[in-house]
Amino acid sequence: MAPSSRTIRTYVLLLLFLALRAFGNLSLAWGTKHLPETLAADPLVYLRSMMDPFVALGIVMLILALLARLALLSVADLSFILPMTAIGYLLAALLGRFFLHEAVSPQRWLAVALIFGGAALVSGTPQNTTGRVEDRK
Amino acid sequence: MTWVLVAVMVVATALSDLLQSYEMKQAGAQSVGARGLGRLLRTIVERRYLLLSFVCLAFSFFAFMALVQTAPLSFAVPASAASFILETALAKILLKEQIGARRAAGTLLVLCGVLLLGR
Repeated sequence: MAPSSRTIRTYVLLLLFLALRAFGNLSLAWGTKHLPETLAADPLVYLRSMMDPFVALGIVMLILALLARLALLSVADLSFILPMTAIGYLLAALLGRFFLHEAVSPQRWLAVALIFGGAALVSGTPQNTTGRVEDRK
Repeated sequence: MTWVLVAVMVVATALSDLLQSYEMKQAGAQSVGARGLGRLLRTIVERRYLLLSFVCLAFSFFAFMALVQTAPLSFAVPASAASFILETALAKILLKEQIGARRAAGTLLVLCGVLLLGR
């Protein structure tokens, strides 16, 4: 496979994963915060909570995110994927701020800048250092 | 209770990610699209450690669900990144991934941001 098509596929999967995960988390948070009972160690409470439409939608989106991430893991290193998906923490702060009306301090926005800087540093490094012999030049 | 949930989530996530990365590298490159999805689902059923990784993921997920019910989303998601440094270290030790200076620096920078975000 040409290196460029592999790179494009990696970033498409990364985008898909980030969007599904962020909105899945938002839907899940919205749903659980409006549940009538508290989630604890009882598995039955979790099963009942999945009847809530927002919890259910969140879970479906997170399952799809997981599938996108599995495909991503097959083409890129875990230590490349982990920092890149850190953009998801910024998305969580943004979605929490605007949809759940959470207070986000200036300190948190500074943290967001650090995460972007780190992710940018990592994105220029080789994505796969343990790949099979035939994948390498 | 909040920090018990964070601890369960972090350890379960690290285990799950290591197992997933190991098995998907064995399975080979996946493609995007309907046929790729079919092949991906078949891979999931065929690989034992991948199934084990989903058990870990389930523990991590239910801990996250309980966490996000009471804690803000902008705390719960960054808190999940506590698994970050543990995973990168284990990726180097167990999966033999090469962590260059630039990737290590980026990872540390992200970690600093994530810690600050979680405070």
